[in-house]
Amino acid sequence: MSGGASLSVTGPGMAVEIAGIRMRNPVMTASGTFGYGPEYADLVDLNALGALVVKGIRMEPWEGNQPPRMVEVQGGLVNAIGLQGPGVDGFVRDYLPFLRQFSTPVIVNIWGRTLEEYGEVAAAFDGVDGIAGIELNISCPNVKEGGIAFGTDLQMASQVISRVRQSTRLPLITKLSPNVSSVGRFARTAQDAGSDAISLINTLPALVIDVETRRPVLSNVFGGLSGPGIHAFAVRQVWDAAQAVTIPIIGMGGVTDAQGAIELMLAGASAVAVGTASFTDPSTVISVIEGIQAYLVRHGMRDVRELTGAMVRK
Amino acid sequence: MKQEQAIIREHRAFGCGYRLLVFDCQPIAAAALPGQFVHLRVPGLDGSVLRRPFSIYRADGACLSILYKQVGKGTREMAALPVGQAVSLLGPLGNGFPMPTGQAVPVLVAGGYGVAPLCLLASRMATTGILFVGGRTAADILCIEDFERLGWDVCVATEDGSLGTKGRVTDALDPWLAERCRQAAPPPVFYCCGPDGLLRAIDVRAVKGGWLGWLSLDKHMGCGVGACLACVQRVRVKDGGSQWKRVCKEGPVFEAGEIFWDYGVKADNA
Repeated sequence: MSGGASLSVTGPGMAVEIAGIRMRNPVMTASGTFGYGPEYADLVDLNALGALVVKGIRMEPWEGNQPPRMVEVQGGLVNAIGLQGPGVDGFVRDYLPFLRQFSTPVIVNIWGRTLEEYGEVAAAFDGVDGIAGIELNISCPNVKEGGIAFGTDLQMASQVISRVRQSTRLPLITKLSPNVSSVGRFARTAQDAGSDAISLINTLPALVIDVETRRPVLSNVFGGLSGPGIHAFAVRQVWDAAQAVTIPIIGMGGVTDAQGAIELMLAGASAVAVGTASFTDPSTVISVIEGIQAYLVRHGMRDVRELTGAMVRK
Repeated sequence: MKQEQAIIREHRAFGCGYRLLVFDCQPIAAAALPGQFVHLRVPGLDGSVLRRPFSIYRADGACLSILYKQVGKGTREMAALPVGQAVSLLGPLGNGFPMPTGQAVPVLVAGGYGVAPLCLLASRMATTGILFVGGRTAADILCIEDFERLGWDVCVATEDGSLGTKGRVTDALDPWLAERCRQAAPPPVFYCCGPDGLLRAIDVRAVKGGWLGWLSLDKHMGCGVGACLACVQRVRVKDGGSQWKRVCKEGPVFEAGEIFWDYGVKADNA
């Protein structure tokens, strides 16, 4: 075992396997909050992470939105970065050689603007050395279908997941949109379309207005809300999804400490991701790993997998 | 770049509504270069998820200082921090100011407490130069004694005329520049920190005169380490195109002529 936060011989088991990806512990980074890895490498031992999920990548480089792109709100932040990114080739050229130095599984978060592009991106990563799996962001608008987000329509969600499934042999984690009336139905659709795991929640739709100017603060007008304010909602969404599927769930949304991570696991997640909290304190992901270990010891549990779905109903 | 629990050694009013915070923080202080910043987690700021970036005002030996003014809930909470309190700092972050080379005379231009990083810069320069500092009123003019102690010339401009030249800082700068041109004196190299309007005014003068200039931008930041892409600034690139650069990572100091100020601004047809 390598890495500072891996299990010791006598400590509780921390390893998990999600979608065939073996992780030394169940704590990952959430896409978009940890860059592509090198940004935090001075501050966080990347070999201590369960998995590293990089910022979203489409086929070509993408400029994202005009600033202002982010605004802090009570209990979180609203962002409309607009998925700025280097494209597949840029990522493979500029970041992957760095990431290959580490033993931590690297999961690429992918997105597209059309069904076809999703398939292309997935195919482009298939067989690339140093990629452990794909996280599929389906919360993007389908430009060929009037801009409706793939992830908010059951049929479109099924199509895009199937397309990606056919385009890659890599483990496939579908990241669900929370902007739906029944997350369970979408979770089930993701499973039926061939996902090996699901992750949730993505950011919640949000709007922040400057009351002095009466204008929206973000140039994109709308953004996505993340941070501790969405945590309880995330726990409920994970619970609902867990009732609908048998594939593993990666829970995220407002995790700032081990307690938040454990809650998501008790609701049904097999792994968790730390997102916005990395901005507040880059070492959060490490303290969450250590805190889960301490919790297991304190509760006499031998393996972190015992937490999954272990909420006791009143 | 390091993350440290810095202990507050000194915290006091600095005059004119500004406050000075001095930290015991050798690892960051020893590495800090003029123009770099620290990203500070305000203790006890409930409901807040973002750190706050501050220019480094002084960095000597084991101590690191910042200046701030109470402008929002973050800085209001900071004002209550007691000596001895531990505060999480990330730093030093970003790229600092390149030092002048050759015959160029450093011309530092500051708006308000944009003067803070220029103090550190002047203290690290092998030569002396001139500081132009502007503000709305005399109360906005800080730190000029730091420059005078180092043997720098100081020119003050205030919009209400309560100190120095009445008007904007460029109203003091422009005649000085014109005089130097007449005398065929060595070229200036600008170092500017302040509001966008001032940065832009210096940018225009540097480009027009064919002089080197370094502009330190102040943008709302998320992570501070280049991961979130919130603080991007459009810059021109050599091939004639433009691209986003991260103010926290590739900045906060940019070269004059590089910044694409009006990128994406729609023409006003109203």
